[in-house]
Amino acid sequence: MIHDQANYEREAEDVREPLLSEKGQETVDVREDSPLPDDLTREALTLPNPSEPETARHYTRLSQMNWAIDAGPYPLGSCTMKYNPKFTEDVAADPNAAVHPDRSARSAQGTLALQYRLQEVLADIGGMDAVTLQPPAGAAGELTGILVAKAYHEHHGNDRSEVVIPASAHGTNFATAATAGYDVVELPSGEDGRVDLEALEAAVSDDTAALMLTNPNTVGLFERDITEIAEIVHDAGGLLYYDGANLNALLGRGRPGDMGFDVMHYNVHKTFATPHGGGGPGAGPVGVVDELAPFLPTPRVREADDGGGYERFEPSHTIGKVHGFAGNWLVLIKAYAYIARLGDEGLSDAAAKAVLNANYLAERIDLEVPFGPFHHEFAATAGDRDAADVAKRMLDFGVHPPTTKWPEMVPEAMLTEPTEIEGRSSLDDLAEAFNLAYADTDAALDSAPTRTAAARIDQVGAARDPRLSWQALDGE
Amino acid sequence: MSRANGTPYAPHTDAETAAMLAEIGVDDEEALFDIPESVAFDGEFGIEPRTEREIRDECARMLNRNDDLTEFLGRGHYGHYVPSVVDHLSDRAEFLTSYTQYQPEASQGFLQALFEYQSMLVELTGLDVANCSMYDAATALGEAATLADRVRATSGDVVLVPEQLREGKRAVLENYCAGVDLTVETYPMADGTADVDALADRAGDDVVMLYAESPTVRGCIEERLAAIGDLAGETDALFALGSDVVALSVLQSPEAVGADVVVGEAGALGLPTSYGMGLGIFACSDEFLRQVPGRLVGASEDANGDRAYTLTLQTREQHIRKERATSNICTNQAWVALRAAIHAATLGPDGLVDLANDCVREAEALATRIDDCSGAAAPVHDRHHFREFAVRVDQPAAAVAEELEAEGFAVHAIGDHLLQVCVTDLNAGRADGLVAAFEEVL
Repeated sequence: MIHDQANYEREAEDVREPLLSEKGQETVDVREDSPLPDDLTREALTLPNPSEPETARHYTRLSQMNWAIDAGPYPLGSCTMKYNPKFTEDVAADPNAAVHPDRSARSAQGTLALQYRLQEVLADIGGMDAVTLQPPAGAAGELTGILVAKAYHEHHGNDRSEVVIPASAHGTNFATAATAGYDVVELPSGEDGRVDLEALEAAVSDDTAALMLTNPNTVGLFERDITEIAEIVHDAGGLLYYDGANLNALLGRGRPGDMGFDVMHYNVHKTFATPHGGGGPGAGPVGVVDELAPFLPTPRVREADDGGGYERFEPSHTIGKVHGFAGNWLVLIKAYAYIARLGDEGLSDAAAKAVLNANYLAERIDLEVPFGPFHHEFAATAGDRDAADVAKRMLDFGVHPPTTKWPEMVPEAMLTEPTEIEGRSSLDDLAEAFNLAYADTDAALDSAPTRTAAARIDQVGAARDPRLSWQALDGE
Repeated sequence: MSRANGTPYAPHTDAETAAMLAEIGVDDEEALFDIPESVAFDGEFGIEPRTEREIRDECARMLNRNDDLTEFLGRGHYGHYVPSVVDHLSDRAEFLTSYTQYQPEASQGFLQALFEYQSMLVELTGLDVANCSMYDAATALGEAATLADRVRATSGDVVLVPEQLREGKRAVLENYCAGVDLTVETYPMADGTADVDALADRAGDDVVMLYAESPTVRGCIEERLAAIGDLAGETDALFALGSDVVALSVLQSPEAVGADVVVGEAGALGLPTSYGMGLGIFACSDEFLRQVPGRLVGASEDANGDRAYTLTLQTREQHIRKERATSNICTNQAWVALRAAIHAATLGPDGLVDLANDCVREAEALATRIDDCSGAAAPVHDRHHFREFAVRVDQPAAAVAEELEAEGFAVHAIGDHLLQVCVTDLNAGRADGLVAAFEEVL
């Protein structure tokens, strides 16, 4: 199960695949043939000028130096690296989807119809009353949700200044609260890895705008006291925000809306299998309960009164916009297609198999998993080994390692989320990679990885002497 | 081999599931869930599973309800022809189905592609640093304002923007500004570009960021960028310049006019018209390196001494710095950046400059033809234009736009008697039809 990544080292130059700029650049005299006066133009433009065959080879070689879910297991905890069904690409590539956002509603009925249907199914899945599709990523969804909460409080004359966030939450939660202008109150984790109700009681006050919660949390534990948590937050006048990063574990078995959450985001690139694309584009629709619907971003889509179609409308107390247009529309189409493919049973089965896989894998690895019962992901501890080193060594055994050293409540954490797409034999391979790496010698761990396109990369040096463009490499 | 109905994307046979459950030591999958009865969901969504073919038919039928219009629409979202090679290379699963490059040794390909994308923007802006993407031009502008708030020690809290600005962009900016207690104010325009004299009167110590665009939302090329840059410099305001990746290939270099930050849209390359999906540019000078929002790819060395690429300066980012991060952004538009880079490589500098020059020539030519129609005057502003221009019509603009739509053409109605028309390589071939439609409806 060991497979090398393509490695195109050239002996004379220590580059694997030269930069496009190193293959040849051309300088064009911009003013020579310009319809504009010289004082409005630049003199020259210098960029690579590869032929199309050279371009194809360049990017094909680069692709061969890149791990991907279609290459093998990619169990990054919290990232939900599922298989991305190919047909969803074809659905999104429909030329009729390629319309401009400023079209009249009259002439864009097809797009509005699909938007409306997606809003509806997402609302059902989350147990929410109203959904906006505008946020272009999960963190943008968080910001949207928190801005909605803020607008709600302000509308009711409440000047609240704090957002409460468990210490184990995603970094985006903290950054989002700050971006929205809130102070962050960090909630220490209870001994069982969950929210400690007494600590929560102590943390909330008249200043609490919201509690941001991930459920199951970032070590896969369901917050069993969710009803009490919701009561505590609501009694203090705060709102309960659901971070949708781990929704995959709940599909068909639990809905944030039924648990007392007032506002949530969905990570469609996680739960609904749209491709992660090397770090985006994703999409982060936001669902809310009725009381918060008037504050959602504008425009939303609804059925027209005359019954003949769909229309855009501005919610009465809208927060305005969180994306210049309608978000990452092509991604949202893929999410709709995925949900339709699975249906009720498929969605529920996805959660079941995701949880089954995580539990099976945890059973098969030699590393200790301190917190349970976990659902779709678990945080194993590398104990006295360095989790980052173990991860590097796992690369040599033909798998992508889990998320490392996070969350901090597990020492040397390896946060692992195999998702539902791995079968038993692939989980066995993954377990073997864990176990071989974990038991390997210090020397082997230090020198790993050895079978990837690049050997261990100097991260400290990269940050100390930042070289962020080929221009900065000039003369090297 | 059999498996119960469920997701088609999980490979477990019933026998495998049973064996795995036995290994774990539970009887069934339900035993693995720790959800209290009181909050468990036992209802149905009522979503019928469909086959691939059924879903493709369903979505195609639905989307087919979009009218078959030739769009002459722009105002921040532009369609250019995207060469086939862009689709075929970017759709390679190694790119499309990968994630953020947290293990750089196994992600050299994408990292290098993003490094090259950053380099392209460094060339186009003349600035030292470009990140590997924001969501779109509007959110990039919002991030520029929060950067200004962090780096500028001016006494005030005002972000100055042109009065003619896309409404949605302004709305996004307001949301970012509210969180750091900045206030958005406008400066007047004179005939489609900044009224620099009025701006000089307004500029002062209370301004943390001065934003200008070229081309403007109405497609006018700003003529006095250097003067605007000087005004910002005199009062120590951050000068943020908005543009797009095609325009930047021929217009004055932002660095040459004193821009501190360049934001804008790079999705004009690599992305088809896509209902507003974008690719936000964020470039700035070295001075603000450690305050840049979003991801940065840097060159380093591996243990063999070979050049290698990695995400760097991550202590700026939310997963390390939490509430003190420079931004909350995590997932961005990386794959779109890859597509823009491939598109640019396919064009080369010659092709890019030709494309940009056509944006000027086609806009001028079409404006002249529409101006010849009785009841219309174009361009409204006596400026050079890029891709798009405003048209004054004697009749109410909304009615004209609606009638043009009935003739098969979409244009913007931007005022009581103002339309806006955007022409690119995609619709230039239909200009005759648009002009004929104007003649018909006016």
